Amino acid sequence: MTNPLSPPPKKNPQIRSVVPTQPLEIRSRAAVGLTACAAEGRFALQTCAECGAVQYPPRDACCNCLGVELPWRDITPYGGLLAETTVQTSVNSYFRERAPWRMGSVKLDAGPTVLCHLHGDIEPRARVKLINRLDKAGQGVIMALPMERTPNMEDDPILRAISCDPKHRRVLITDGRNPNAPALVKALKDAGATMIFVGESESWRPNPNRSQMADAEILPLDVTDTASVKELAGEIGGKADILINNARFIRPGGALARGDTGWARDEMEVNYLGLMRLAQAFGPGMCARTADGVNSAAAWVNILSVNALANDPSFGTFCASQAAALSLSQSLRGEFRASGLRVMNVFTGPTEDEWHQPLPPPKVMPAGLARSVVQGLRDGLEDVYCGDIAKEVAARHAENPKVLERELTMGGQG
Amino acid sequence: MSKRASYEGVAIVAPFTQPYERYSTQTAHWWIARALRGSLDAAGLKPQDVDGFTVSSFTLFPDTAVGLTQHLGLCVRWLDNIPMGGASGVIALRRAARAVQMGDASIVACCAGDANHVETFRLLLGGFSRFALDASYAYGFGGPNANFALLMDRYMQDYGATREDFGRIAVSQRDNALKNPHAVMKKPLTLEQYMTARPIADPVCLFDCVMPVAGGEAFLVMSVEEAEKRGLPYATLSGAIERHNAHAEDPIQMRGGWTVDIDELYGMAECTPQDMDLVQTYDDYPVISMMQMEDLGFCAKGEGPQFVRDHDLTITGDFPHNTSGGQLSAGQAGAAGGFIGLVEAIRQVTQAAGPTQVKDARRALVSGFGMINYDRGVCSSAAILEGKA
Repeated sequence: MTNPLSPPPKKNPQIRSVVPTQPLEIRSRAAVGLTACAAEGRFALQTCAECGAVQYPPRDACCNCLGVELPWRDITPYGGLLAETTVQTSVNSYFRERAPWRMGSVKLDAGPTVLCHLHGDIEPRARVKLINRLDKAGQGVIMALPMERTPNMEDDPILRAISCDPKHRRVLITDGRNPNAPALVKALKDAGATMIFVGESESWRPNPNRSQMADAEILPLDVTDTASVKELAGEIGGKADILINNARFIRPGGALARGDTGWARDEMEVNYLGLMRLAQAFGPGMCARTADGVNSAAAWVNILSVNALANDPSFGTFCASQAAALSLSQSLRGEFRASGLRVMNVFTGPTEDEWHQPLPPPKVMPAGLARSVVQGLRDGLEDVYCGDIAKEVAARHAENPKVLERELTMGGQG
Repeated sequence: MSKRASYEGVAIVAPFTQPYERYSTQTAHWWIARALRGSLDAAGLKPQDVDGFTVSSFTLFPDTAVGLTQHLGLCVRWLDNIPMGGASGVIALRRAARAVQMGDASIVACCAGDANHVETFRLLLGGFSRFALDASYAYGFGGPNANFALLMDRYMQDYGATREDFGRIAVSQRDNALKNPHAVMKKPLTLEQYMTARPIADPVCLFDCVMPVAGGEAFLVMSVEEAEKRGLPYATLSGAIERHNAHAEDPIQMRGGWTVDIDELYGMAECTPQDMDLVQTYDDYPVISMMQMEDLGFCAKGEGPQFVRDHDLTITGDFPHNTSGGQLSAGQAGAAGGFIGLVEAIRQVTQAAGPTQVKDARRALVSGFGMINYDRGVCSSAAILEGKA
């Protein structure tokens, strides 16, 4: 049974925070395919398109027939534990600091033997379930879990290290006026977050969400105002373990629907430059605290429209700001890389709010979005697609981005 | 499969070990140069007399056998780079023997050596193989300790081996090492010390692991005619095998490639396991030595634990094993770890082993095992050597 994590004591400011270190990051190009699957939480392995042989470790040619077409396909994630060890010492600082570290070899039902992390509740020679997750180096790693849930299993130190679980962590939600803010507060509270800060711009204006966010501490934050962002970072930057950027400015229409660039500028100020201001103010402090114990900094979450991937002209300039934010989030992944701070983008389809009112269902409800955010954090994902529309757009984008572009720019006539 | 030709007419001479050091500022080039020079001096030869050269090393980078040939000023007509780690020694010998038989070369120097600076082992681990980087090191980075811990864990479960059984191997080798003035480990080791040692990667503890050191090993291969003309004591090669990536279908490695070729080995040498005066197994971990005792035919699979309980593995015992102390007690000098048993066996069957000499040793079995590319050792090799009666 896993020992439950204790809420961390108040931080002693005289003790030096543990400096982030990393597990081994280097991989072959083929192996980065595992990382790409882990980013979405898929357990997939290379499968030979010619003979069907499942490959592991990742290869450039099939070890059965020398075929070179080896697409990543979802694999039955079960196997049997062959042998195990507990590494007590390592020449790598990351593992040395975290020893003992349990790992083992598992014979997959699908064929190959994988070396993987082992959950503490697995019995010798047991049947196991495998998951593919991102580690602190941002690379895909395989972990074996018990077949059935065990008490406090998410508190296993290895599992915790490859997730961004909100339990015992402190969260900042940047926009308390967004209709999804109360649902996010509730879901994070239910997930065990210890403190929830919610930013609110223009505090003199009434905010109907306030009454539904009693569990949160509401603080002034205007992401279009550098001074405001810096001030809040100075106040709670050292306590933000998870930052959820839900600030959004949205108006319908493309370029020709408008007489000037006013709304487009507002969209960029909030959706793109707002993200940048938050990153500049909160990013360095969060990066420095990614190894800081139970309530270490873990994740940066952006809530984006799935049309960041491909423009929908009925919200044309808004989508442009989402594409800009998506591109910046990729830069942040590069900039946060050494710290292990995860950047998770949650892509949604049309949301249930005033700006999407004339659109037909399905629309993303606040509670559904909040569920996706929490589950994505628990699974340590990078890319989460929330709702049927977002999933479909993402699937079409993966199939052929040009076809998707044509479909969207034909106004749904495709 | 066609029958392999014999290795007759080939002489193995001038075994030389450049004494190991725990850490040294010297490079692999230096260690191999010292080992080659030592071997040539023992044979009364000059570098100019060598026309074939094999090199095994992990720390020559960015050089290979090519760069080293120019570095050392050699001019050869036959050159081989043998990157097979613990299987390198026997494989170098086997190939050199063929070159000499076919007249591709007259005198082949087989060399191995590696540097060991404070950072060497860590850096070497970090770049060992693509599969290791992609699918092994991200899981606790236990290096080979973790890989062998898995094999040992499974072996203990399947065959009822205890840590004491592996301890017998380590303790006997330490006894042998105490007679070898060049062994890095100089203090006696008791079974109790073995049992209570610091855990490294369960069930592997401190004395299951080799000590990485710097060192070099070399020997020469030439025709029997040449050796006799020069008045050099020599060993002959009665049989030799190598095998790579055998039993890939086994989910975990409980046997090595020897099992595929072992009958051919004894067939060529016209002898049986019982005819061996001594055995040198590749001992990066005791469990691998035990596996070789089985796979080389000294006992059946799973009977290794009983075999080591029933035999005395020291120099004066009934199963002299790793007589120089092996890598466990003499140190693992990188790829020279694939030569240590072979070079010692040449000394043994030519009655030149000095303080570690097994009385009247005439015939030795040497085996090699190399390269944990991912979850198992890929290369295996074995040879039977005979001294001139």
